[in-house]
Amino acid sequence: MAKLALRGVVKRFGDATVCDGIDLDVEEGQMVCLIGASGGGKSTLLRCINLLEVIEDGEIRLDGEDITVPGLDPQTVRSRIGMVFQSYNLFPHMTALENALLAPRLVKGQNSESDRQEIEGLFVRFGLADRMGNYPDQLSGGQQQRVAIVRALAMRPDVMLFDEITSALDPQLVGEVLDVLLQLKAEGMTMILATHEMEFARQAADKVCFLKDGKIIEEGPPSTLFTAPREADTQAFLARAIK
Amino acid sequence: MTTPKAAGLTRRQQYEAAQRRRSTLIAATSTALVVAAIIILVPMTPGWEKVQRSFFNGQTFVDTFPKLLDAFKINVMIFLWSAPAIAILGLLIALARDTKSPALFPLRIFGAAFTDIFRGIPVILTVYLIGFGIPGLGLPRPWNSPYIWGSLALILTYAAYVAEIFRSGIDSVHHSQRSAALSLGLSERQVTRYVVLPQAIRNVVPAQMNMLIALQKDVSLLSFIGPVEIFRQAGVFKSLLANFTPYVGAAIIFLIVTIPATRYADYLMAKQRKERR
Ligand SMILES: Nc1ncnc2c1ncn2[C@@H]1O[C@H](COP(=O)(O)OP(=O)(O)OP(=O)(O)O)[C@@H](O)[C@H]1O
Ligand SMILES: [Mg+2]
Repeated sequence: MAKLALRGVVKRFGDATVCDGIDLDVEEGQMVCLIGASGGGKSTLLRCINLLEVIEDGEIRLDGEDITVPGLDPQTVRSRIGMVFQSYNLFPHMTALENALLAPRLVKGQNSESDRQEIEGLFVRFGLADRMGNYPDQLSGGQQQRVAIVRALAMRPDVMLFDEITSALDPQLVGEVLDVLLQLKAEGMTMILATHEMEFARQAADKVCFLKDGKIIEEGPPSTLFTAPREADTQAFLARAIK
Repeated sequence: MTTPKAAGLTRRQQYEAAQRRRSTLIAATSTALVVAAIIILVPMTPGWEKVQRSFFNGQTFVDTFPKLLDAFKINVMIFLWSAPAIAILGLLIALARDTKSPALFPLRIFGAAFTDIFRGIPVILTVYLIGFGIPGLGLPRPWNSPYIWGSLALILTYAAYVAEIFRSGIDSVHHSQRSAALSLGLSERQVTRYVVLPQAIRNVVPAQMNMLIALQKDVSLLSFIGPVEIFRQAGVFKSLLANFTPYVGAAIIFLIVTIPATRYADYLMAKQRKERR
């Protein structure tokens, strides 16, 4: 059984259909990359999975359980699915450590010294040990994004969603954030990435999906999708994206 | 060839220093001229002798000033209990107006009506209506005190304005903050309480400072329904001594409080604008 399974997911904003019947299976421990031109619906799809958007049709199953049943409490689902955003979205009035402690404390009541040490351990693991006491505006973009990842991991999610998390970074800072993703992959985290980093997707992804106008036009392992794309749209996109 | 440097300054720095000296000189000269004109011209006006005697009488000033200071304590007292009540009520109304839950819809309507009504009536009218109206119901002591109902009038009026400022603060927090907090599993309430409000409140501190300054002045409106605060006390002295100097004394006491507060609010504003950039 797939860890995460999407069936016929439809999302509209007014007249615009932004997700137009998306089917997607993500196996436990897989890294799936969503690629495609701007406006293709990558961010919206991730937001639907995290229930930040309510879908119009279809279903999303996490461990076989439909999480899009109307009336279901989105809080419990969201605490199992972590999400990291392009613009970091750290809480500016809290230190890096406070950012990461907030949700475990409020949602899971994790308040003890050992809970705290466990979360501090995440900072250490991702090279942020000496940055825990800093406020977001005292951190570089790369550090902020790593703190955002730690903040999401602090909830011990089953699945992580990453929405173009390196797009706002200076080129020399991209590497340190991608390294974190590789580390997570090695630890067996199930991940979905919307990304413009084609080289990274080619090397690290288990599966790549090309999205256009709210549809998955083509999907497959990076070895075939990047070297021998079947669809004309995919070929055109890759020709532009990889120079 | 190298450019000659005076006192280690670059050519540009020398030029800017000269410019600064020039501006200072011009500003000083024009200020001196205006002040001189006032000092020379005003005493030449036909009514000056009379005005000086009735507004700037040194002896009257010295005699009445301590009593005015005493009366000002009443202003401070009313201010001190009204301000926290305004902050709390204003925040509650702001939250009520932004609530999305259908069960709380009546609250939303109430919040909107509240702000419309109390922002739409002159403060002095509200003070009269509540300050005379409610004690007129024949309530027993101490419930007929104008202190209570006058303060309530101020609290209601100011809460309406303060609520709108809080709402603008809530709007100023980017919606991506809400998304991030929700994605961590926080409830709507927790998002508001721990993520949005702390940022919103901090963003509006300078604006709320200005409301506090305005409130400090408007406390004097309560004099119309009874409390002998500083304005009323000055009025008593005016009648007693047939002299307006106590009003000048009162104005000076207000300025001693409000000028530093205004400067501080401006400083906070400027600092915040800088941080935004
Ligand atoms: N809240 C919204 N209301 C209306 N339209 C929206 C909303 N969010 C997204 N859209 C529209 O949905 C479409 C897909 O947007 P989305 O952000 O998912 O694309 P994307 O693939 O992530 O693009 P990018 O690579 O630029 O991030 C766009 O046309 C966008 O304008
Ligand atoms: Mg996007």
